[in-house]
Amino acid sequence: MTSAGTIVVDIDRCKGCGLCIEACPQKVLAFADSKVNVKGYRYVVLVAEGCTGCTNCAIVCPDRVITVYRQKKTQ
Amino acid sequence: MEATDIIKPENIVYQRSRLMTDQVLSFCPGCGHGTVTHLVAEVIEELGIENEVIGIAPVGCAVTIYDFIAIDWIGAAHGRATAVATAVKRVLPDRYVFTYQGDGDLAAIGTAETIHTCNRGENITVIFINNGIYGMTGGQMAPTTLAGMKTSTSPFGRDVSVQGPPIDITRMVAMLDGTYYVTRQAVHTPAAVRKTKKALLKAFEVQKEKKGVAFVEVVSNCNSGWKMSPVDANRWMEENMFKYYPLGDIKVDGQLLIK
Ligand SMILES: Cc1ncc(C[n+]2csc(CCOP(=O)(O)OP(=O)(O)O)c2C)c(N)n1
Ligand code: SF4
Ligand code: SF4
Ligand code: SF4
Repeated sequence: MTSAGTIVVDIDRCKGCGLCIEACPQKVLAFADSKVNVKGYRYVVLVAEGCTGCTNCAIVCPDRVITVYRQKKTQ
Repeated sequence: MEATDIIKPENIVYQRSRLMTDQVLSFCPGCGHGTVTHLVAEVIEELGIENEVIGIAPVGCAVTIYDFIAIDWIGAAHGRATAVATAVKRVLPDRYVFTYQGDGDLAAIGTAETIHTCNRGENITVIFINNGIYGMTGGQMAPTTLAGMKTSTSPFGRDVSVQGPPIDITRMVAMLDGTYYVTRQAVHTPAAVRKTKKALLKAFEVQKEKKGVAFVEVVSNCNSGWKMSPVDANRWMEENMFKYYPLGDIKVDGQLLIK
């Protein structure tokens, strides 16, 4: 399976609240396994293919940690 | 398509507003204040009014917003944001003037200012974060605290026979002729965030019409004060807060939509 979209997480700004994980319709987000960022928070990573670039995770994130990319359809 | 092939500037479909400073938000993890702060920046950026807008932030977790959005701000004393906004708008009527206030601020110590600003129909935007509690000071009961809700000053739950029922100040101000647009939104789901953004866009745009106050309540979590995880707090909010504070438009273009 390929992905039409992807995300980049600004790891050290993530506060580990988990709201983006709840909001992802593709269920491709999770906390990184037993790792924390510079502030000591667990942080979010993309764990599977299938991201559509829908932006849901990014807009519910209170800290706007996520940048979303989507492949433009080629004519 | 490999992810690395997609990560190119031309493929960006969402990134934070360029009006946000580099400061990390001081809000607790998962707090709705963060989401609304970013939406305010996005709306000001989209409207292209960053050089014409003046924000007023009073006391509470709300006040820290002036560190995060790179526009002109004035700090106000607790509860007095709409009074300061009145003065600013009257001196500079062509600027976009807005307040950003919590419920302990807007609906407790600032009740008089809120009611009279709305009654006078000042051409300002009021952004009201209702988390049913005094967040910054450690989760004390606010006038908006739900019946039975436990806080640090109502450890057995709010007793309405002693403390009265929670106040729905948004409904109250909608009854005043001076309000032109009144709505209640939330930011706990992507759909709710999109609706709140539309509401905020409208609330700034109507200032041009000079027809009165645009008032946007956002029902939000104070997960620290409620002593819940952010995900549980949003769930609790859906199940409890929305019953008493139902979401949706209350007044549009000066027309009341509720009885
Ligand atoms: C005149 C005055 N009285 C009391 C305080 C203490 N105080 C600081 S924040 C706050 C409550 C703010 O609660 P709310 O407006 O609900 O905002 P939140 O922190 O929940 O966003 C109080 C009472 C103060 N700063 N100034
Ligand atoms: S952009 Fe959409 S599909 Fe991709 S991770 Fe975020 S919520 Fe999930
Ligand atoms: S919503 Fe934002 S801060 Fe919260 S876990 Fe996701 S990326 Fe981190
Ligand atoms: S104390 Fe409550 S309102 Fe203040 S930042 Fe924390 S969660 Fe948000």
